[in-house]
Amino acid sequence: MDRQLRTTIALAGYRRSLPGTQPEYLHSPYVSSRKRAPSKSLIAIPATLTEVTGPRFSSADVGTRESDLTRQHGGAPLGERIIVSGRVVDEDRRPVGGTLIEIWQANAAGRYAHASDQHDAPLDPNFSGGGRLRTDGDGRYAFTTVKPGAYPWGNHDNAWRPAHIHFSIFGPAFATRLITQMYFPGDPLLAADPIWNSIADEDARNRLVSAFDWETTSPGYALGYRFNIVLRGRDQTPMEE
Amino acid sequence: MPLVVTPSQTVGPFFSIGMQPVDVSIEPGGEQLIIQGRVLDGDGNGVNDAIIETWQADSAGQYADRSSRGWGRVVTDGSGTFQFSTTKPGRLVGVGDVVHAPHIAVTIFARGLLRHLFTRIYFPGEPSNANDHILASVPNDRRATLIARPSGPNRLEWNVVLQGRDETVFFEC
Repeated sequence: MDRQLRTTIALAGYRRSLPGTQPEYLHSPYVSSRKRAPSKSLIAIPATLTEVTGPRFSSADVGTRESDLTRQHGGAPLGERIIVSGRVVDEDRRPVGGTLIEIWQANAAGRYAHASDQHDAPLDPNFSGGGRLRTDGDGRYAFTTVKPGAYPWGNHDNAWRPAHIHFSIFGPAFATRLITQMYFPGDPLLAADPIWNSIADEDARNRLVSAFDWETTSPGYALGYRFNIVLRGRDQTPMEE
Repeated sequence: MPLVVTPSQTVGPFFSIGMQPVDVSIEPGGEQLIIQGRVLDGDGNGVNDAIIETWQADSAGQYADRSSRGWGRVVTDGSGTFQFSTTKPGRLVGVGDVVHAPHIAVTIFARGLLRHLFTRIYFPGEPSNANDHILASVPNDRRATLIARPSGPNRLEWNVVLQGRDETVFFEC
């Protein structure tokens, strides 16, 4: 290997996940994964500029009101008002400030405001279910919304998704992109959910369950749930061949 | 002790409520291209609920500094087809002055994908492809899955096969 190539490989990338802490692509109980999961091994590549850079969204890209999903229409949505807040950090506990978070969810009755959702539960004219914000300099965020309902789906007989909120987070680089789902504590549907159970490691799985939180519960207004997010950390030392 | 990274979960079928499509911002003067393709599952059926994000350098081979220029997001239609317009990225000079062939980084999300997939689009007839060390790390017989095909004036076709014999190369990065 020539010297230049070796130097390229030595660009510090992002750390690989620990076994069992991320879902496998194929998780047969989740039927949709069977024909969509890759069947060949991924090819591991060293970090290049492409993976360690990524888009930055400015405050001009995101409206300040987009973080309150209860104030996007003329009236208040039905359901239990909640404040979901937390902090985005990397594996080394460094805050990820100024990064874009996008969320989407069903309404309190368990129905998405989406043409493909045919669940026989009412739409709420005062709830669209989408929100965005940028984390503050300390990586903190807070959305105001309503608690989403559980809903049936076609995966298996009598299948119900536990209540959840979808989260999309960018982080500092193309390699740190994460899309996940936040669940609620004590939900009896979790144990039977093939999507949540696709994560083999129990501790990792439980990191997707938010915690009820008195500290962020707003008196007379909304219940608080806390959900912290950890993105990949950068390698301390460059990968050497 | 380092923290454990939050596990990924599928984007599901309803992502358009929260994730809006975004055009890659086009620079005047560069080589304008339309890239079109389909996302196909293991049975060869179009994936009608995939979302594709792209990240690339500009025509001079520079990544945007503290902006979202060069980033875009498209969704597939009922037949699994997606299309986006962009400017062909330039060759990149990386750490140690190593030259990388022009490429677009791609992330694919869909219902059924518990984690997203990383891949790359390379360009046909590009001499620097021969020296690109990422392409070189891909077995010969699978390399073609990463290289778009000309399909008309300023048009390229690039398909994503999620599973099976002609499966697209996906990277762990």
